[in-house]
Amino acid sequence: MAVVFDRPHALVDIPMHYCPGCTHGIAHRLVAEALDELGIEGRTVGISSVGCSYNNYFYFNCDMIQAPHGRAPAVATGVKRSLPDSIVFTYQGDGDLAAIGTAEIVHAAARGENITVIFINNTIYGMTSGQMAPTTLLNQVTTTTPYGRDPKLHGNPIRVCEMLSTLKGPAYIERVSLHDIKHIKKAKEAVRKAFKVQMAGKGFSLVEILSTCPTNWGMNPLEALDRVKNEMIEYYPLGVFAGEDLEV
Amino acid sequence: MGERLLMKGNEVIAEAAIRAGCRHYFGYPITPQTEIAHYMAKKMPKVGGVFLQAESEVAAINMVYGAASAGKRVMTSSSSPGISLKQEGISYASGSQLPAVVVNIMRGGPGLGGIQPSQSDYFQATKGGGHGDYHMIVLAPSSVQELYELTVDAFNLADQYRMVAMILGDGVLGQMMEVVNFRDEEPIVETDKSWCACGHGMKREHNTITSIHLDPAVLEQWNINLQNKYKTICEKEQRYEIYKCDDAEIIIVAYGSVARIAKNVVQVAREEGIKVGLLRPITLWPFPVKAFEQVMDRAKAFLTVEMSSGQMLEDVMLAVNGRKPVYFTGRMGGMIPRVDDVMAKIKEIMAG
Repeated sequence: MAVVFDRPHALVDIPMHYCPGCTHGIAHRLVAEALDELGIEGRTVGISSVGCSYNNYFYFNCDMIQAPHGRAPAVATGVKRSLPDSIVFTYQGDGDLAAIGTAEIVHAAARGENITVIFINNTIYGMTSGQMAPTTLLNQVTTTTPYGRDPKLHGNPIRVCEMLSTLKGPAYIERVSLHDIKHIKKAKEAVRKAFKVQMAGKGFSLVEILSTCPTNWGMNPLEALDRVKNEMIEYYPLGVFAGEDLEV
Repeated sequence: MGERLLMKGNEVIAEAAIRAGCRHYFGYPITPQTEIAHYMAKKMPKVGGVFLQAESEVAAINMVYGAASAGKRVMTSSSSPGISLKQEGISYASGSQLPAVVVNIMRGGPGLGGIQPSQSDYFQATKGGGHGDYHMIVLAPSSVQELYELTVDAFNLADQYRMVAMILGDGVLGQMMEVVNFRDEEPIVETDKSWCACGHGMKREHNTITSIHLDPAVLEQWNINLQNKYKTICEKEQRYEIYKCDDAEIIIVAYGSVARIAKNVVQVAREEGIKVGLLRPITLWPFPVKAFEQVMDRAKAFLTVEMSSGQMLEDVMLAVNGRKPVYFTGRMGGMIPRVDDVMAKIKEIMAG
């Protein structure tokens, strides 16, 4: 019988620890499919960060390094500068990348570091149980904004793609979403393109993936997908922010 | 015969690293060690190496973390306030058992302090400056020649034990110029790096570099393994110099540039008929407790001299363990103890 659907080789065959309805699993699969299809698993080094995906080194079959909170782009820089022929990616959440790791991501992007960043934006801290993230939307209730995010008290959410695209370093930046099949397919193309940009030596690539956190949003999985579609995309518009015409 | 050159301490550290096979340096400017970065910026491109000025000390140590994970000989350097910023990365590297060399050319603190020489980071270096139960191997050179030799050794020890090795110098050593005799070839110890994260080439299971173990039983065992490694190092790697202690009644304990002053004190005291010797720790961790056993019987007292409020003093007291009196004199904030200061203290001890 012909196999029409299978687990990517780059994804280890063990159960994941993520909550029901969390889109980390889909994002992992998209990365693993890209590694398989581009034939780069054997020369890829992935950098896990701090947050719910801290131990995704159990899930990815390539060599993996667990980095301190926010420092994944610096660790990735160290690896890439040591092994220029390797493919290096970081997998970071919004707290990791856009709060504690802001300096590292901005400077890795500014240097045009030839790495790929998979940036999961779910507008909340998942692992530590639902605190405000730099990407938390205005009025969003979290455990540290129990009366809703108030710009006067907590500032405004950061749009990472827009901010980084003001720099000259990034070769490719795109924001995608995982709220339905059509958008998952687009996300897959973006992840593939990001790795291809790195393979071609074009420089820094980042894909921001709008994701869910049903547990800390207090929603069921379907409500969570609807929130991405109806609330998040309005503030975080999908599209290419750098490298639209880049052919790889 | 190798080359014989007059060089500045900081530049010698950089040259020694390159000779030891280090081709990756990540740093951030801070006085009084920045010449290391200048030298690396000039030399690394000529030897096919990487020099990268990071956006912060935090980023620099994490770039070190990445390069070490990839199996490369790698170094960063800084001075006291910058070393504080690197503690997170040092703790992670220690937890993940990564070999790396970190140089601290100490200046006065706390806070931004000053830029003059100091030894006030002894506790931070030897007791684990970051979180968790870990140690670094800490080497304390006392001359520019030793900056060269111990930097090469630091890379070997780091690789051999898969841990962070620190060169702990001070502003005097970093800035002074002395003649260095270079070897034609360095004694580079090759070690197995099959653990590294460098791409498995579809030929082996994937490697993981990590310091997190959420199961407490697993984390405890991980810690026990680290402690066993540290025990071996304490047994095998203590280094020290014993200078004119055969007949000495008062033994000065001093390291780094202060040990040079102490040697002058030994000379001056002996001219005055006072039998003084010097015990100079070269490894600050592991602390050379064995050296104390060699001089304990004859010594009447120990005098610790430091450019701090008395930090190594605590390790000296532990090594002596109440068997003889232990005294202290020192200066802080970038002030350097003078021979006269130490002589005055010796006379005070002699007078009882």
